[in-house]
Amino acid sequence: MAKFEPKIIAFACNWCTSAGADLAGTSRMKYQPNSTIIRVMCSSRVDPQHILRAFKQGADGVFVGGCHPGDCHYLTGNYNTLRRVKLLKKMMQDMGIDPQRLQLEWVSAAEGQKFVQVINEFTDKIRKLGALNLSKETSN
Amino acid sequence: MNDKKKKRIGVFVCHCGINIAGTVDVKKAAKELSKHKNVAHAEDYVYMCSDPGQKLISDTIKEKNLDGVVVACCSPSLHESTFRGTSEEAGLNPYQCEIANIREQCSWVHKDKQRATSKAITISNSIVEKVLRNQSLEPISVPLTKRAMVIGGGIGGIQAALDIANGGHEVILVEKSPSIGGHMIQLSETFPTLDCSQCIMTPKMVEVSKHPNIKLMTYSEVQDVSGYVGNFKVKILKKPTYVDPDACTLCDECTKVCPVVTSNEFDQGLTGRKAIYVPFPQAIPATYTIDAEACPGFLPIACGKCAEVCEPNAINFDMKPETVEEEVGAIVVATGYDLYSQKNLKEYGGGQYPDVLDGLQFERLLSASGPTQGKILRPSDHKEPKEVVFVQCAGSRDPELHCAYCSKICCMYTAKHAMLYKHHVQDGQPYIFYIDIRSGGKDYEEFVQRAVEDDGVVYIRGKVSKIFEEDGKVKVWGVDTLTGKDIQVDADMVVLAMALRPSGGAGELAKILKMAMDKDGFLSEAHPKLRPVESVTSGMFLAGAAQAPKDIPEVVAQSSGAASKVLAMFSSDELHHDPIVAEVDEDVCSGCKMCIRVCPYDARVYDEEKGVVTVNEVLCEGCGACIVACPSGATQQKNFSDDQINSMIDSIL
Repeated sequence: MAKFEPKIIAFACNWCTSAGADLAGTSRMKYQPNSTIIRVMCSSRVDPQHILRAFKQGADGVFVGGCHPGDCHYLTGNYNTLRRVKLLKKMMQDMGIDPQRLQLEWVSAAEGQKFVQVINEFTDKIRKLGALNLSKETSN
Repeated sequence: MNDKKKKRIGVFVCHCGINIAGTVDVKKAAKELSKHKNVAHAEDYVYMCSDPGQKLISDTIKEKNLDGVVVACCSPSLHESTFRGTSEEAGLNPYQCEIANIREQCSWVHKDKQRATSKAITISNSIVEKVLRNQSLEPISVPLTKRAMVIGGGIGGIQAALDIANGGHEVILVEKSPSIGGHMIQLSETFPTLDCSQCIMTPKMVEVSKHPNIKLMTYSEVQDVSGYVGNFKVKILKKPTYVDPDACTLCDECTKVCPVVTSNEFDQGLTGRKAIYVPFPQAIPATYTIDAEACPGFLPIACGKCAEVCEPNAINFDMKPETVEEEVGAIVVATGYDLYSQKNLKEYGGGQYPDVLDGLQFERLLSASGPTQGKILRPSDHKEPKEVVFVQCAGSRDPELHCAYCSKICCMYTAKHAMLYKHHVQDGQPYIFYIDIRSGGKDYEEFVQRAVEDDGVVYIRGKVSKIFEEDGKVKVWGVDTLTGKDIQVDADMVVLAMALRPSGGAGELAKILKMAMDKDGFLSEAHPKLRPVESVTSGMFLAGAAQAPKDIPEVVAQSSGAASKVLAMFSSDELHHDPIVAEVDEDVCSGCKMCIRVCPYDARVYDEEKGVVTVNEVLCEGCGACIVACPSGATQQKNFSDDQINSMIDSIL
């Protein structure tokens, strides 16, 4: 059997996390290629339904990156994200999806190094958790 | 063409030399992308951003009759506007062009060519799915008020206000203290030319006071700011000075009878002043202010002597604070710095020793207008100090206990202090403790060398561990890290180059302005390299040490930069605003108002008549928080719709 390579969707806000990911690139830092970034203007544009859709379509993990609290380009957007992700993690538990498969991180435009670190750690975590088998996980 | 089924997309894969092509098989990527049923054309080219590259895109748009363009290249923060311009020139709506970031977010961060290629294809395909569903949009026009407000009356604010005013636009200059001038007017001489600071500052202050386009509001503070770029509404609190400046003849009889002596902030507490005072002789506006906290006159039985002797009856204890409302199109924030308090440095005495001064206090000692008329005398006994120790990085470059950053100006002003001390006390000996000398700047390094060679300043590389007073001396314990030896100097006076902090109240002001601050409380610029004078909030600009520690020429340059940004903005009659705003399907909206609560810009308005919530497109900044809050899916963000995000997810997986 081929080695398991997790599939990860990484939502990144335009101003902080996507810019931080750009900085990681500009600085030629390296990270595992398992996650694909979907750039949105603000992390608060990420709907819990987008996250659930990603899991349904076969994502093994979903990452959401926003500006640090207090630094949101849209002032308070990331506080919405924080509440929504916390609530969704609780619901994921009820649904039978390990909440560890969803991760919210604050990565600023200056934190290329942090972006690399959190993406690598998250990829390793998902690799350890294994593939998300929805029918199996949700029947438990 | 917005029918996604029939839309014809062109994909252009850039090699960026080997920046992309070194890790991503660009030929393979173009070939794979051409398999998408809506991709009418896919091609790779060595530099898409070059003229031939752009021509290739524009010719293909016309030849193949494309309805959308995906350029797989570097970050959209770099060339999105380039390629949208190219598309527009070829007759395509610019919002039908999107960037697939396969350089910063793919080729530069991965090593495995096969996986990087497949990821580049995945990213590009997801953007194809997005463009398939993109709407053609037009920028939103916003009216513009061509007046500016500058906050802070130091050299930064003065320069910005003068430049905007000279550009022909009205400026409101708001300063919280009774006079403009800031810290620069307190300085003795400036490095590296030893220009007299007051002599070069006062002409600018006078120009401000006489300028027909500048409305000066001293002793005033910004209370509230609402609105948006081009159309801010500001509320400014004008504190009462209790003296009518038009009636006052500056006869100075009032200060003679005032019984209260309080600390003189202009002399950094080295002298006292009366409760009714002019901050300094060249103050602008030239008028008296009553310090309400120090004055007992507000209980008329207790005092009121100044009012008794005031012949023109200029003193009015019943003066009330006044709130002034103004409309401005742009705001420049130049709130400057304060020194980190000596109280924070317990190991250096915590401010309790009279002969341990901070840099600004020493400036006042050096100044001809200072408490000693420019004689260097110890505050404790008024004797001339024969040995003076200057300590650099007092509170700076100390991430464990104090400020992690370099305060930037201290190396230079300490060299100047030591040099000027030597000029005043020719048989004296200055010592400077330093970590290292940062003298980048025109003629700066030469200036430091001059201090060493011509004025015999002794530089000791090392940190000072303890400062204490004993037997009339200020004892300085340190270590010379070059020789590894302990050093003890029995000095007569110590000058601490205290770290620079954002000025007091800057944090509250940033909250009022909704401006972002960095971890140290300095205001954040929109981009550290390319947008250093803009804040992240459009229409608000940064000038001077409010953004980071900087010296006078840098402050002046940045302030002129901020002013030129304002003038460029004022050169058109209306502004344009990104149209990726929220829209509402009024047939679906139930009027639950959930979106109103999450909107940080008050862009959501409930229409009582229709029973639905609408969007003020001018106010909407396009964050998308409301889209997620909407329980019925009645609202979508233009070109970031649920359908788009979902199809991107599907395409990636």
